Amino acid sequence: MIYQISVFLENRAGQLAEVTGLLAENNVNLRAISIAETTDYGVLRVIVDDAERASSILLGQGNVMSMTPVSVVEVPDRPAGLADVLEILSEKEIDIEYMYSILGNGGEKAYMVFRASDEAKFEAAIKGAGLALATKADLGLK
Amino acid sequence: MEKRYYQPEIETASYEQIRAWQNERLVKQVKHVWENVPYYRKKMEAKGVTPDDIKGVDDLHKLPFLTKDDLREAYPYGLMGKPLADCVRIQSTSGTTGKRVVAFYTQHDIDLWEDCCARAIVAVGGTNEDVCHVSYGYGLFTGGPGLNGGSHKAGCLTLPMSSGNTERQLQFMTDLGSTILCCTPSYAAYLAESIKERGIKDQIKLKAGIFGAEAWSEEMRRDIERELGIRAYDIYGLTEISGPGVSFECQEQTGMHINEDHFIAEIIDPETGEVLPEGSKGELVFSCITKEAFPLLRYRTRDICVLTRKPCSCGRTHVKMSKPMGRSDDMLIIRGVNVFPSQIETVLIEQGYQANYQIIVDRVNNSDTFEVMVEMTPENFSDSLAKIAEMEKKLVAALKAMLGIAAKVKLVAPKTIARSEGKAVRVVDKRKI
Repeated sequence: MIYQISVFLENRAGQLAEVTGLLAENNVNLRAISIAETTDYGVLRVIVDDAERASSILLGQGNVMSMTPVSVVEVPDRPAGLADVLEILSEKEIDIEYMYSILGNGGEKAYMVFRASDEAKFEAAIKGAGLALATKADLGLK
Repeated sequence: MEKRYYQPEIETASYEQIRAWQNERLVKQVKHVWENVPYYRKKMEAKGVTPDDIKGVDDLHKLPFLTKDDLREAYPYGLMGKPLADCVRIQSTSGTTGKRVVAFYTQHDIDLWEDCCARAIVAVGGTNEDVCHVSYGYGLFTGGPGLNGGSHKAGCLTLPMSSGNTERQLQFMTDLGSTILCCTPSYAAYLAESIKERGIKDQIKLKAGIFGAEAWSEEMRRDIERELGIRAYDIYGLTEISGPGVSFECQEQTGMHINEDHFIAEIIDPETGEVLPEGSKGELVFSCITKEAFPLLRYRTRDICVLTRKPCSCGRTHVKMSKPMGRSDDMLIIRGVNVFPSQIETVLIEQGYQANYQIIVDRVNNSDTFEVMVEMTPENFSDSLAKIAEMEKKLVAALKAMLGIAAKVKLVAPKTIARSEGKAVRVVDKRKI
């Protein structure tokens, strides 16, 4: 299971640097990052090499955060690679809450992190279309 | 301005006469309360006072105080002086922890309250030639009903506009030639601005405004007077005592005459409860000597002000109070509505937030802004922005339901709310009043 860490960020200068700085100090490697924001606050979503350790570090510093299981899909690295995947999900009427890209472990494949409103349905659709779900090893995660 | 009074024989009575009325009415009222309000009788007994000890105003200090806590404890019927069957009206205002204050009125009480409001309207020049435009809220809030009744008694053509819907307010104001405007000072300022924006000042026939239910400065008075081309007068009151019209300004605009034939005012030291001499700054305390259904004695308003008996050029002889200069509790008045920090705390806990918050009140363009900073909690956090927004919306709605006015919620990271000496600063009031 791949876990995403989400952290509450106030919309003010330096908030993001505080979090990334804290992870850097503790030698945690960021593999993917995405931010969703409103005018007043934001949610930082990251995937790190060691989610357990990162979360205890963040909690120790009083951050509000959550760990959420996410699906990472191996997307064909060619024009329309992502478009094809989204087409399949659209046909099956699967609602995507958010998605962002993530680094692979040195290979030539492209990977996308997905958060679907119905994870089970999402997984079935991906597998049914002959697409692969990435493992921790594919992404260099502990 | 020509000197006009609604009840000249009362409003210009000699001090001796006023004192004689007060002595007689207080003695009668204490007896009425002793016999009909067990809650207060117990307080008197605890202090070792009986009606026989109260022979006039000089003995008033012997009576126990009532506070908002008493109203909460006695909610809803515990302080009534008449059976419900004799009552015809309920009005209400915010309480300290979400339980509202409800006040009851007999028809006689309504009559006297409306007389007080009529005195205020006549004092600013209101006659049967005037169109009195009442933009206070109508409903549980006393502002609308009080001035509405007073306007009838003063003989004005009454426009019961209630609050909000500025477009409609301006249309009636221009089409029907409103001459006296009654609303909160911040709404008056807002209307003035809207009139300016639309360039319709030449169609406005207003000559006077009666503005109360919230604090306003002399500077704000001058702004409103200039922008609307009127004279702006203050009016004071509280639901517990009756509503607007407990005191009102005359054309001298140097303080509000308290209707002393109905309400005895005292200034006390808020710490010790000791009565202070005339001219001292302290907490204003009222005793209702003519009210039947809700006859509060020595009710502590928590408003800090000064009383003066200096003769007034308007000819009125009733004592004048200054504008309230502050509060001896933590109540805020925002857009005319009473807000207690404890109410916000109650909502936050109900909604799963920490009771760690900060209220920021400011006045921008003569209108109050109201923001509540709330620390995010793990329970209310989600990786989905939509879910956080949904929780935030729920909180905004719950605050509105509790307070009666809308607050802007600002979610902040935990432990970011400023603390001084380890104690969180709950209220930051940036308004300069």
